[in-house]
Amino acid sequence: MTPELMEAGARVREAALLKAQAGPGTSGGRAASYGRVVQSGELDVAHGPILYLEEITVSFDGFKALNELSLLIDAGELRCIIGPNGAGKTTMMDVITGKTRPDAGKAFFGSTIDLLRMRENEIASVGIGRKFQKPTVFEHLSVFQNLELALKDDRGVRSSMFFRLSGEQLDRIGAMLALIHLKDSAQRTAGLLSHGQKQWLEIGMLLMQEPRLLLLDEPVAGMSDEETERTGELFVSLAGKHSLVVVEHDMAFIERIARKVTVLHEGCVLAEGPMTQVQNDPKVIEVYLGR
Amino acid sequence: MSAVASDTLTPTLSREREREPIAVPAPSLSRWRERAGVRAGVLLALIAVLLLAPLLNLVVPATSALHLSDYAIALIGKIMCYAICALAMDLIWGYTGILSLGHGVFFALGGYAMGMYLMRQIGRDGNYKSDLPDFMVFLDWKALPWHWSLSDSFGATLALIVLVPGLLAFVFGYFAFRSRIKGVYFSIITQAMTYATMLLFFRNETGFGGNNGFTDFKRILAIPIATPSTRMTLFVITGLTLIGFFLFARWLVGSKFGRVLQAIRDAESRVMFTGYDPLRYKLTIWVISAVMCGIAGALYVPQVGIINPSEMSPAASIEIAIWAAVGGRGTLIGPILGAFFVNGAKSMFTQLIPEFWLYFLGALFIAVTLFLPRGIVGLLRGKPREERA
Repeated sequence: MTPELMEAGARVREAALLKAQAGPGTSGGRAASYGRVVQSGELDVAHGPILYLEEITVSFDGFKALNELSLLIDAGELRCIIGPNGAGKTTMMDVITGKTRPDAGKAFFGSTIDLLRMRENEIASVGIGRKFQKPTVFEHLSVFQNLELALKDDRGVRSSMFFRLSGEQLDRIGAMLALIHLKDSAQRTAGLLSHGQKQWLEIGMLLMQEPRLLLLDEPVAGMSDEETERTGELFVSLAGKHSLVVVEHDMAFIERIARKVTVLHEGCVLAEGPMTQVQNDPKVIEVYLGR
Repeated sequence: MSAVASDTLTPTLSREREREPIAVPAPSLSRWRERAGVRAGVLLALIAVLLLAPLLNLVVPATSALHLSDYAIALIGKIMCYAICALAMDLIWGYTGILSLGHGVFFALGGYAMGMYLMRQIGRDGNYKSDLPDFMVFLDWKALPWHWSLSDSFGATLALIVLVPGLLAFVFGYFAFRSRIKGVYFSIITQAMTYATMLLFFRNETGFGGNNGFTDFKRILAIPIATPSTRMTLFVITGLTLIGFFLFARWLVGSKFGRVLQAIRDAESRVMFTGYDPLRYKLTIWVISAVMCGIAGALYVPQVGIINPSEMSPAASIEIAIWAAVGGRGTLIGPILGAFFVNGAKSMFTQLIPEFWLYFLGALFIAVTLFLPRGIVGLLRGKPREERA
């Protein structure tokens, strides 16, 4: 054994000791890199998009409701989706929220959360809220109780048995009642509300969950002109902090709020871009707008 | 507008300004007060029965007009057990919207657990003067089967009364709710469950006394079972259990848990997309409901003196649902009133004109379905809640 070898060995040992002293979890003296640790279950939108759909295919008895649909929604975006009946708009929402399992394809929430491995309630818990086409509220509970159930909190059985509304939570419900213009109806049974009010209540329930992504299926159906306008303003104000996907048939409404529009046709994307560009797209005119 | 909208999501508005308009948090106080009258009334009546019945039965001489006969005590005791079942049925059907037509099986399992203990308490006083229960001697069995090994211990019996119905409900409910079996399909498989269990208990080989079941009990905790004081003790315990379960159920449905149950009844998919796992909620209330029925069965057997597989017949389970429907679903008082009303009428009819009882029951059920969708309680309360709100 030569002295050089022994010295080299000593150096390696010293380096190893130093590294060990630096302790686990640190970078051991190396410079910070851009690599990040993947936190499972935590939303990661560092790459931009909040929702990735890749070549999603859903078929019902041979009929392809979605045909290799790919779609990216950026964080903070307000995206409108239009398309004729049967284009696959609702099926797409079913896939994102776990109601329907696709035959093929990938669906990710942020870059880390695989939606296809989760159940409906888990998807809701990671921050995707959905409004149904037909307003769905808890008809026998009061408006207040509807919002209280939607309040972001522990969803476990035991914690719900011993749940007590805190002052801060009461304030949040109060603020939401004001926002959705149902303050005077707080104690009314939700089943007695008008159609438009139910739509608002459902939107309010969605917001109580503090979702990162909101899927809104025909949110202004059955609303008066004034209610529609207020809804549009609300959605525009929510964009940025939340990401919104709005499916609507009301073209005037879409024109008012849309920044980027996606046209679905026969289960895949036909066109995408600003409203004016989409409106002038000959393919779109042919299948949808021109009719 | 837009500025207000984004602000309100993270409320920065002052508490004083915001809280005032919604000073009455859910559930609304006015509704509570209205119902409190009926609730307190029934509760007081139950307590009165519990205090008065022993006095009138044991202290007042038999010649007096105020004397309450042993028959009446036995009848009220029995109906109180049924009332517990009806209350349990209401939690799962009235509040959660899941109609079980198999609750009789949980009632019977609790009853059988108690019955096995009571059979062992007979000791050598049976017809055959054997250590084994009479039916085992009759079948020429030489030793107790394995599943009777805990039947000598009263503590173990109490545990089994809760665990056996609870475990069956848990396993059955887990698979049924996980497979998202709903509505009439769920009701049908609960019927199948109780029917299959009944066939199992009918067989002599399973060691539950076949179609005769268990009877001829002599004592409980070494105390003779047929004396007036033992009967009265069982009667009072049953009444206290009923009151206890009523208060428990009231707490349960008044909590957020109870509101999630009602939300599941109204719109299960919305509950799911709000982030709640309906499976856990349904399973919890299903098991609670089954355990309540099991305890009712265990209280029923020593008072009535017999348990046999007919308690598991599909008709017995359907009757539980009828009590709840007649009394008023979705209220806690309703099922108790319903159990007393239907069973009171039953005992009256079967004494006076027995052949008409089933016609009456059928007519009653049709009348309630057609004219009283909210049961007796709906009749007492007048206008439906929706119209008042």
